[in-house]
Amino acid sequence: MNTPSDRALDRLRDVAQWPDLSGTRYELVGEVARGGMGVVYRARDRELERDVALKVIGAFAADEDTVARLRREARILARLEHPGIVPVHDVGVLPDGRVYYAMKLVSGKRLDELLAEGLPLRERLRLLLRVCEPVAFAHAHGVIHRDLKPENVMVGPFGEVLVMDWGVAKHVGEARGPLAASASAGAAPHATAHGTIVGTPAYMAPEQARGEVERVDARSDVYALGAILYFMLTGRAPGRGAASPDATTRTWAASRHAPAAAGIVAPRELDPDLPRPLEAICLEALALEPERRYPGAAELAADVSRFLEGERVLAFPESLLGRARRFASRHRTLLLVLLAYVVMRVVLLLVARV
Amino acid sequence: MNKPLVGLVVGGIVGAFDGLSALVSAPEVAPQIMGIIIGSTFKGVIVGLIAGFFARKVNSLPLGIAVGLAAGLLFAYLIAMQPDPATGKHYYWEIMLPGSLAGAIVGYATQKFGRRPGDARA
Repeated sequence: MNTPSDRALDRLRDVAQWPDLSGTRYELVGEVARGGMGVVYRARDRELERDVALKVIGAFAADEDTVARLRREARILARLEHPGIVPVHDVGVLPDGRVYYAMKLVSGKRLDELLAEGLPLRERLRLLLRVCEPVAFAHAHGVIHRDLKPENVMVGPFGEVLVMDWGVAKHVGEARGPLAASASAGAAPHATAHGTIVGTPAYMAPEQARGEVERVDARSDVYALGAILYFMLTGRAPGRGAASPDATTRTWAASRHAPAAAGIVAPRELDPDLPRPLEAICLEALALEPERRYPGAAELAADVSRFLEGERVLAFPESLLGRARRFASRHRTLLLVLLAYVVMRVVLLLVARV
Repeated sequence: MNKPLVGLVVGGIVGAFDGLSALVSAPEVAPQIMGIIIGSTFKGVIVGLIAGFFARKVNSLPLGIAVGLAAGLLFAYLIAMQPDPATGKHYYWEIMLPGSLAGAIVGYATQKFGRRPGDARA
């Protein structure tokens, strides 16, 4: 337990790390969040008289790699102009030599916090579609996020969805580089023979967990989106809750084809009321082999949309009876009117014969 | 396919079937069945057009069904007012009930299917 003096010391340490914004157009307001690469502060832009978020490299983490990563993150964000991606306003160097970039200050709730409030299933799925949009946009521009998880999604007060933390994003074909440097959310980096592991274990695709950098592509993000869907459906992340990427690797390596065998409990085992097509979508996105997953976020979103529209889901082979049942539930009104018509004809026939 | 066209096609088909089904509920009309089918098809087409134009303006399944039903009922009533030339008998129930339900089906179809002006093309 922290004593008051410990807390005072922590506070002093935090304040000592606060960036020196003198000579910039920004005025520090307070700390917003802390990540592996740096700290996000709320700051006041004196020129434009608005609050912005400043991402500044941590005072004791300003090595060349981290600086390069922050600059690249800013460049990637600046290139990806999409309503679901936080816009970057400015990049610069502080008087103390730390690199920073200014971006839109996002208010709202994290997706995991919002889901904890217990949203209806259809609303949860609509949120997933909104998450898929910027990810699909990034994929179309050759960028892979590599660290998608509910904690990295913000939902604004008007329902706007923003995908955050592109610190470990990479351009397709970029096998190695400063972006591939460290894990996030407190997980320590775990180098392997193939490359460097980045991401969050519970949401990380098997190939990413194994450090197979050359195999990481849009389908790795699809896996993470599948894991978010799993979280939305069951309230927990898939897998056995591996504590480290290595543990995750071992779990997946044990069985390469059946998610259940690999430690992913099928969503309907946790909630039997979940629709089968939705479970099929989730498990297809979470397939161990990238080839068996949806090719991109857009295709995953399309299948979720089909489910929401009551259409046939590609991931779920449907029997004739299943199709008939789906048609009946989709066109209930029409069937009722047709039934009324037939009943009326029969009644008229009976009346005519009396 | 735009909504009035959907109404026209579905109205024509449903109207033709509605006319044909008269053979089931009133077999004695068999000699006049061709005239009934033609008249019912024409009625279906008109109801379909009304429901289709309504669907172009208003996006509401219950209202669409209600408009189709009302139009079907009205046109069926106009037909039912004409007595059977042979017997002088009126077939109000036999014409108006199926006519209104056929109109409801057409109203449903025009709300569910077809493109409104300004809808994105696939």
